Amino acid sequence: MLSPRSPRAIDLAHVLEGPTAAHPLGTADNGVDVLAVLLHGARLAGEVSVATVLISLAVGALLGGSAAFAGGRIAAVVARVTDAAQSFPSVIVNMAVLALVSRPGVVHLIAALSVTGWVGYARVARAEVLRLREREFVQAARALGASPARLFFRHVLPNATGPLVVQATFGLGAVVLAEASLSFLGLGPGASASWGSLLDQGTAHLLQTPRLAMVAGVAITATVLGFNLSGDWLRDRLDPRD
Amino acid sequence: MSTLAFLLRRAGAGVLTVFLVASLCFVALHALPGDPSDVLLDETASAVDRAAFRARLHLDDPLPAQYARFVGDLVLRGLGRSFTHPDRTAFGAVAEVWPSTLALALAAVAVAWTLAIPLALLAATRPGTRTDAAVGVGSLLGMALPSLWVGPLLVLLFCVRLGWLPFPGPDAVGPAALVLPALTLGAGLAGILTRMGRGALREVLREPYIATARAKGLAESTVLIRHALRSALVPLLTVGGAQLSALLGGAVVTERIFERPGLGLLFLDALMQRDVPVALACVVAFAATVAVVQLAIDLLYAVVDPRIRVAA
Repeated sequence: MLSPRSPRAIDLAHVLEGPTAAHPLGTADNGVDVLAVLLHGARLAGEVSVATVLISLAVGALLGGSAAFAGGRIAAVVARVTDAAQSFPSVIVNMAVLALVSRPGVVHLIAALSVTGWVGYARVARAEVLRLREREFVQAARALGASPARLFFRHVLPNATGPLVVQATFGLGAVVLAEASLSFLGLGPGASASWGSLLDQGTAHLLQTPRLAMVAGVAITATVLGFNLSGDWLRDRLDPRD
Repeated sequence: MSTLAFLLRRAGAGVLTVFLVASLCFVALHALPGDPSDVLLDETASAVDRAAFRARLHLDDPLPAQYARFVGDLVLRGLGRSFTHPDRTAFGAVAEVWPSTLALALAAVAVAWTLAIPLALLAATRPGTRTDAAVGVGSLLGMALPSLWVGPLLVLLFCVRLGWLPFPGPDAVGPAALVLPALTLGAGLAGILTRMGRGALREVLREPYIATARAKGLAESTVLIRHALRSALVPLLTVGGAQLSALLGGAVVTERIFERPGLGLLFLDALMQRDVPVALACVVAFAATVAVVQLAIDLLYAVVDPRIRVAA
């Protein structure tokens, strides 16, 4: 039980009403409780952003990092693919993936966002691995006979975590924004309460009930700004380059 | 390597990328479960009608044959006609909306640079002050604001309350109608460019040649703009170029808010209606636009920084 009311409970006697004791943030279309939508939307945003970032981070760091570590032709091919993937608008790819399924759910949303999400982490991992690959401690471990896999996972990758964590923190905010955009375009998980669809509803009633758009807009902005400020703070502490 | 050879090489790589992206899309669109004849014909269509429809679009040919036809169409005839509007060619449909999306993207880039450069200069020359902190938080806020909130709020303020700008819709045309969409789309890019610009300027201002320029007795504004900013432009161009594809994609939300026709919305409609030729034409247009802009940025590097020679 996340909220006292269901984000789907319909109450046609109280449509688009102001705050009352029963509905602390008022009601939306069909008398749905705004606070319940806000709370369930927070859970959706949390689930989608954490899952997407973890998958993207794992794929990107392994693919970009190991290719750069191996060097040679593989590294060149992976670098080309990441460059090409980055030059194509990610929202367009997300839209295409979601349009393929007739009824997108949370899993489809995470999959669609991960299809484009890994690229940024692959680029960061590549830059970090190229920076670390020939450092003394790696060469020392190599001279001691460590296998390439051990070199990569025990010596190179742990030292590349700082910039990757910073990137992931900013990434959480970017996913929240992307989820809102896709919901607004009608490609979000229809069955779930989401901030994007609340904001969409709010803009439709902007003149009569500006409260709806305000609640959703502030929720999204505050969350993303929080992730961005954390990312900034982490960069100051973790990223050795600055 | 001469500039011409460089241009030809880059153009060749661009064409290859566009072709690969289009091929990937062809495979993806044909792998989907939905059948164009289910979506495009209504339920009352007879089996004979369906068969005729499928034969007309060559949907029953084996996939390799369809791919060969697609490549031929792409090179010779421009992907053929739209499934849903047979009176239009796929590229014709794209050509109708492409200028609108390009105008929006360019206006957003202009807004972003106009906001970012003065703010970056302001923050970089006053490190550690309140101004610097305010610019820092402001730029993070610009990156955090969802355009689907900013857009309607701007409309509420400037079109409804103040009445300064035309209300968005099909009748709103001309430069005035472009102001709010450009602000909405450019806010995020402005935030990123301000942060990067501040960082790049801080590094450049530590360089010895800046001290030399000051020691020569040049005015501080000359040092900042002609010496420091010019060097800082190189990393900013890189970021600006990498962000362009995000801008072209993000345009779809802005276009939806302001009811402007555009490439993103055309693509969304084509996907929903399984209009394969139009969807592919949109993808080709996106990839080609990004490739051309990337080439332009590569050439701009050489203009901004004479140390960078156009190289292999």
